[in-house]
Parts: sequence; C-alpha cells; structure tokens
Amino acid sequence: MAEENKFTVSIDGISVSVDPGTTILNAARQIGGDIVPPAMCYYSKLEGSGGKCRTCLVKVSKGSEKDPRPMPKLVASCRTTVMDGMEVQNITSPEVVEARKAVVEMLLINHPLDCPVCDQAGECKLQDLGYEHGSAKTRYEFERRTFERIDIGDKIQLHMNRCILCYRCVFTADQITDKRVHGVIGRGDHAEISTYIQGVVDNDFSGNVIDVCPVGALTDKTFRFKSRVWFTKPVQAHCACEKCSGKVTLWYKGEEVIRVTARKDEFGEVESFICNTCRFERKATSDWTIEQPTAINPASVIGANHYEQFQPPAVISEDEKLQTANRAQLLRTEKLK
Amino acid sequence: MGRKLLLTHINEPGIHTLEVYRQKGGYRAVEKVLKQMTPDEVVEEVKKSGLRGRGGAGFPTGMKWSFLAKPEGVPRYLVCNGDESEPGTFKDRYLMTHIPHALIEGMIVSSYALGAHTSYIYVRGEMMPQIRILERAIQEAKAAGFLGQNIMSSGYNLEIYVQPGGGAYICGEETALLESLEGKRGNPRIKPPFPAIAGLYGCPTVVNNVESIAATVPIINDGGEEYAKIGIERSTGTKLISASGNIKNPGVYEIELGLPVEEFIYSDEYCGGMANGKRLKAVVAGGSSVPILPANLITTTAAGTARLMSYESLSDGGFQTGTMLGSGGFVAFDEDQCIVRNTWNFARFYHHESCGQCSPCREGTGWMEKVLHKIESGHGAQSDIDLLVDVAKKIEGNTICPLGDAAAWPVASAIRHFRDEFEWHIQHPGLAKTQNYGLAQYADPLQPIL
Amino acid sequence: MLSVKNNQEVQFSTALVASCEEIISRYPEGKQKSAMLPILHAVQAEIGWLPAAAMDHVAALLKVEPIEVYEVASFYTMYLLRPQGKFLLEVCRTGPCCLVGAEKIMDHLENRLGIKEGEITADGLFSWRGVECLAACGFGPVLQIGPAYTFYENLTTDSVDKLLESLTEQEKNIHHGA
Repeated sequence: MAEENKFTVSIDGISVSVDPGTTILNAARQIGGDIVPPAMCYYSKLEGSGGKCRTCLVKVSKGSEKDPRPMPKLVASCRTTVMDGMEVQNITSPEVVEARKAVVEMLLINHPLDCPVCDQAGECKLQDLGYEHGSAKTRYEFERRTFERIDIGDKIQLHMNRCILCYRCVFTADQITDKRVHGVIGRGDHAEISTYIQGVVDNDFSGNVIDVCPVGALTDKTFRFKSRVWFTKPVQAHCACEKCSGKVTLWYKGEEVIRVTARKDEFGEVESFICNTCRFERKATSDWTIEQPTAINPASVIGANHYEQFQPPAVISEDEKLQTANRAQLLRTEKLK
Repeated sequence: MGRKLLLTHINEPGIHTLEVYRQKGGYRAVEKVLKQMTPDEVVEEVKKSGLRGRGGAGFPTGMKWSFLAKPEGVPRYLVCNGDESEPGTFKDRYLMTHIPHALIEGMIVSSYALGAHTSYIYVRGEMMPQIRILERAIQEAKAAGFLGQNIMSSGYNLEIYVQPGGGAYICGEETALLESLEGKRGNPRIKPPFPAIAGLYGCPTVVNNVESIAATVPIINDGGEEYAKIGIERSTGTKLISASGNIKNPGVYEIELGLPVEEFIYSDEYCGGMANGKRLKAVVAGGSSVPILPANLITTTAAGTARLMSYESLSDGGFQTGTMLGSGGFVAFDEDQCIVRNTWNFARFYHHESCGQCSPCREGTGWMEKVLHKIESGHGAQSDIDLLVDVAKKIEGNTICPLGDAAAWPVASAIRHFRDEFEWHIQHPGLAKTQNYGLAQYADPLQPIL
Repeated sequence: MLSVKNNQEVQFSTALVASCEEIISRYPEGKQKSAMLPILHAVQAEIGWLPAAAMDHVAALLKVEPIEVYEVASFYTMYLLRPQGKFLLEVCRTGPCCLVGAEKIMDHLENRLGIKEGEITADGLFSWRGVECLAACGFGPVLQIGPAYTFYENLTTDSVDKLLESLTEQEKNIHHGA
C-alpha cells in the first residue's frame, strides 16, 4: 500500500492512490484526462445512480494484489470499487473501446437526429459520445421509437423521444425535492419518463432535473428556442437565497440573462443544486452579484468551436492494436492539427 | 428405471395433502434437522450432496449457503424462486401443483439451515392456482406444528409466506426478484453487493429455485453422500426435466443426471420419440436461452461420444458445438419446424421481457427482433445475418444481468448451426412463406434406439 | 398517459380492505411496500382492472407516493391499465407453444370473436391477447383466464369453441338467475 489506509490502483498504466470504497470511475477522475470513462447515468451527487448506461465499462485486468485474477467480464466503472493493487484498462483495451462503440450505437439507434432543433445541442453528453465513438452512418433501418408528447408544466419541457433512461431525474426528484410525481412508466424499450396521469412537475427544487439530464429530454421551457448555447456568455454569479446556495451560472445573450443554471464541474455535474426561484424567477442582472466569466472546457463547442485534441497515454503510440482500436480518435486529432 | 427422489409418490392419490404426504414419509427431514442436527450440519450435508442450483445457473447450493453473511442482530432471509418463466420450463409448476408439501418441507429444512425466521416463496402471478395450493399446504403444515413458534419444541420459529409476481420474466433473476418482493419494479440490481451480503431489505438473503429447495429433503433423509452417488461427475442427484415440443410424450420427468440424451428422447419411459413419425431436427436443451443444437450435436458431442443429460456433457464443446443444461427445459423440434421463425419468436420474447434498465439490452433486443421479423416476413438481406451476429455480440457480456446473454445466445447459436436455413429464407422469400426448409444436411437421420 | 377523465372515484369493499390489511401483515414493520404486488392483484380481481384512482388508494394504504404504484403496475404485464372484456383470454404465444399450434389458436380466437388482440367484443364479454411463456410448455397450446387464472391446456380449435360457449352460457345463467 502506498499510504496508510489507501488503495493503489492503476488505470491505463497511470497509478493513483485512493480511499477504500472509491469507485474505479472516481479514481479515474482523480487522475483526469482522456482515461476518464464517460458516464451518462452515474451522478456522484445522486445516491444509487449509475450502472445502467454501460458507457463507462472498463476491463479489470488484475483484480487486486491479493487476488490478481482478472474479472471475467467488463465492469461498470461507476459501480465497481477499487481494490488495492487493481489494474484497470480503459482506452488501452481494444475490448473496452469496442464495447463503448457498441453502447453508443445502441444509445443512438432510437435517438432522434434533431440536434439542430434541440436546446441541449452544444452541451449534450450523447452528442459528445457520438462524436467520439459513433459511426458516421447508422445500421438501424427501422423507424425510430416515438412517444406521445406530454406536458409536465410551464417550467420544464419533457421530450421523451430523446431520453436515454438514465434515471437521474428520478433520483433527483427522490433525493432533492420533497415529492416525486414523475417516474419511469412501462417496461423495456417502451419505458418512459412520465407522470402517468396528467400532472405538473413543479416544486421548489424540481428544476434540477434539467441540469442532471445528460441529453435534451428535460430542458428549460423559459429558455426554449431563445438561443443556441454557443451564442451565449456564461457568467458566475450569486445571490443571498433563502432556499439554496444561490451560486449559479447566468447565461447572457447580449445584455439579457436568458437562462440560469447551477454551476457545473469539469465532469458536467452540478456543484450544488439550486432552487426554482433562482432558476426561473431571477432573470435580471440586478438580482445577482456577478463574480467572473465561467471557465469553459475547451472541449465544449461553447468554447469557440474547437475541440480539444485527443491525448492518449504513451502506451497507445507503441502498440499497433491499440492504435487500431483508437483509430477514429487519432485520425480526428490529426485533422485538427 | 432411474431412481426418483422428488416425484416418487407423484401418482399417489391425495399426495397434495399433508395426511398422505406424511404417510409416505413426509416431514421426516424436518424432524431430523430440528431434533438431531445443528444448522451448520445441515449446510454441510447439502455441500456434501454436490447439489447444484436447479434454476439454471447450476451454482453449488451448499456453497451459496455458506456465503451467507451472519451479522449479529440482523435477520436473514430465505427466498424461494418460483418465478418459473424460462420458455420450455414447467417443472416447478408441476412440483408445486402435485406435491406442494415437498417444497414446504424443503423450505423448513433450508430456512433452519440458514437461520431464517421469515421466508418467502415468490411464485409468478400467473400461477395463482399454485399459489392457492401452497397457501393451503402452509396452513396444513402450521396446524400440524411444522411452522410457527417453537416448532416441534425445538425453539425454532418460522413463518412462510407466498408472494405473487406480476408478470415479468426478469423477476426470475434473483436481484430483480428481491426488488419485486420489496414492491418495486423488477429491475435487477447492480452486483456487488450480492444477496448473501445485502439482499431482501438489505439483509443477508439466499435465493434458491423451487427444485433446489425440494431436493434438500431427500438429501437430509438419505444423507448428502448417498445423494452424491447418484448422477455423474459434478452433476449429482436427479433433475426434473420439462420436455416439450414435437415429442410423443411431453411432460415432466425426473432423471438421474447422466442419462444419455438419445435415451431421453427415444425411450418410452421418457419422451417416447418424435410425434407423428417425424424426425428430430433440433433441440433446445435447457430453456430458451441456451444455444439450440442440431439433432446430430445434441445426441453426440463433436468428439463423437454419446451426449449425456448432465451439466458437463451438455456443455461439452463450449458454445461452438455444445449447449447447457440450464433449467432443464428440453424443447424438441421436428423436421417441419422453421428455425428462423422460432428464433424470431424467442427474440421477441426477450425484447418483450427486457426491463429496459441498461442500454445494450433495452435497445439491442428490439433491434434483433426487428431484423429477424424482417427476414421471417420475406424482406431480409444477406447482410442481415452478420448484422444479427454482431448485435448479439454487442449485447452479450455488456449488460447488468444475464438477460442480455440469454437474448443473445439463441440468436447467435441459431445462426451458427442453421445459417443455411437463414440464407435460404433470404434467397427464397416467396417459398419461405409457404414451406419450411425442412431437415437439412446437419441433422443425422436418427433411428429410434428401442 | 391517462387523462383525468379516467380517474373516477373507486370504493374498496370491506372484504378487500381486510384482505389488504392481512397482506400487509406478512412483512416486517416499515416494509409494507412489499404488499404492492399482491394488493394490486386483489384490487384488480375486484374491479376488473386498475383505474388510477384505485392505484392512488393503494398508494395511501402503503404510505407511498402514487407514482410509485403507477411505476410498478405499468412494469408488470398482468396488471391491466385499461378495461377489458369480462373474460380476458390470454394465450401463450412463446416458442414451445407455437411448435404445437398456438398461432392457430390465436387466429381462431380472432375470427371467432371478431376482434383483434386487445379489443373487447360488443357484448363486453371477451377480450384476448397473446402473452409470453406461461410455464406449461408440455401441455400447449394453453390459455388462462383471470382473476383466478384458470388454465386450459392442450387446446384445439374445437376445445376453444366449447370454452367460449360455456363461458357465454355461464354468463347468461348469472343474468337470468338475477
């Protein structure tokens, strides 16, 4: 053991020392960079989340120092805790890269290609994933699944056709709000987020479902069609709020605040949940104390239309098999140079 | 005649009643464990028997029991899995209908071994008549002092309740079953933790199949070593086989593990051969999720030895040329059956039963069904075959629970062994609507052996 | 999604309320949500299907939010979220039953009753649907009729006709008797 009461785990050959009980995904986040597995359903602030989307699958090539046997199947890194001496392969395993492509394909076959009219475009996790791991053409030749449109109130827009059933909004309603009125109705590929009988999702903290949604299934009705996010200027601000921390990001178009969201970290998770008053009612600059412009991940389209270059660990440049597995990414990087 | 342990008295009039069941030696195992054995000794006996889980996975029951965590002051639970939903499998229904006390007695023995004081039998909701039968049997057992407080003055207390399911194949998966028993949607849990550590209500829990639990009764009565003498290799004891499809005598048979498959199909003691003078084309040997095998590979292994009804022999050759014993759901197809149509049917089943929680299964099962339906209805393209193989591969191993594998295997194996039939369907869409591909070169013309 | 119109008041009989209480007593203190599936069966047996108002009632009994009941009821296929004919004939349509003629039985039902899967006959007596494996593959084709889930095995088109006749007859007698 590297330190007292710490476990050492290596991910794609990079070692990190973490507390026992840490998941592989969170250990990877401590390392950072391209070896962090993507996560569409896991959300560190929501208990019980994760395990469902399968985008964060990794290979455990060595179980632990004590029991070095590899795990027989790929595991969800968001729900698998590290053991001391564990060795994990993410982008250095062709099998993982292949499985991730498979999952992305599955997530996309029934997802509408309506990015041009989707308010989430530009900050959509599925868009990022599709860009990084998707194919240019679909092999799915059947009609895409659609759901009957339902209205859940004047604040939140539900667009079920785009939903990937990550369950984050359900956990949010359970854990952050005082009453859950929406949930997952039905089963299998016809399961849907719904209130079942006509109802509105509206209470002090219900707006947070918008921030946790990885795709454009839950969007802010007060922001609807007002602007593409890359034409907006995000600014950190705060106010003295009785209900929440009051720490938000204001999204400006010109002089006008067109959207208020919680502040998000580098993994796209909110730093602290905000109340509906801050989100929907405080749309004047005078409601806020402005701090500074929001630091934008250059990988985001909000960051002036350029994508960050793929920076693979050295091992990839030395191994032909790994180069083949990561071919699409490497080619893209070449093009961007 | 093979030895019978579970169905010995199946034809005895009134065997479903406590009175007749006792006359035939019933509840001896309960007396024996409560009066003469410690719980650990019961576990030891089951370990010695080599009994493997009869629900499909074949995991050693005694070992599963020994994993059960026993923290102080926390209740432990035994949950019986009577959700029997795997297509081709109907043995548990048969046992619960005709000899309900065999299950109740097994429940008492097993609960005692595990230190459980409340146990549940989760039975699929469609088996409402069997639920009533079990409830009546529990009442009888309770009235006779085999359940309740201080059973047979041993100081041991136990209550058993029957829980109906609501119509979901997925609840046969043990963690989905526990979710369902907690009154929730049957979404499988992400493991670890395993139920032995955190199961029902977060407490240590063992989930066992109906037949596994019933098998503990003869194990206790005769001793684990005696039980282990029956069978072959690591396939000890007897197994209930549900036989269906185009055979002369469909039904539930108790076999000694190790019986030659050919004998099982053609002997009058069992299936009695194929019905209507037809020939055997293929067999699904262990419930719809295990790989389908053509006639020649089900009766002999690729190495040319006779294939036996056992965990090892049926899986001889891996998935290339073998299959699995699974739940013992033995479905025989005659020469008139269409593999494409059946594969589509199974794919539709898994699509319908996917819980929708994880993306490869939710999206992939529907995709496979649609492609298979397209081929079956005469609009297939040659490339669809490889697409199916690829989609199956992308589901397999990437899902939360084994339903993904169960959906992928039947499709992959049907194409592996019957690719020419799929190609014929695609090349002759008109013909495929009016006739079947029939017996092709992969099926040996078999003569009945008896 | 249901409109509010469907959401009429429902009343549980005294017997049903008592039965719900007995069911809840089977589980440890605080784990009354476990009673969800058996209680939904009991409610459906009395009402014939599960209107939203009945599910709201169940939510109150179990001290959970109504959405938790909707989530569960819509997950399992046995719970009927729409009214059906008095007799809902559920025919197994999975592989092994199809090997012995289940598809013929469903075609026959469709012709004989003159309704498609999921529809109700004009007299309100019958509905039918295909369901997945009922674990009776050795006795196929099979169908079941709730709420007792009586089983009919080794079906032929003739035995289906006889069954339909006897159910119609039985219904007539009830009405004449009353």
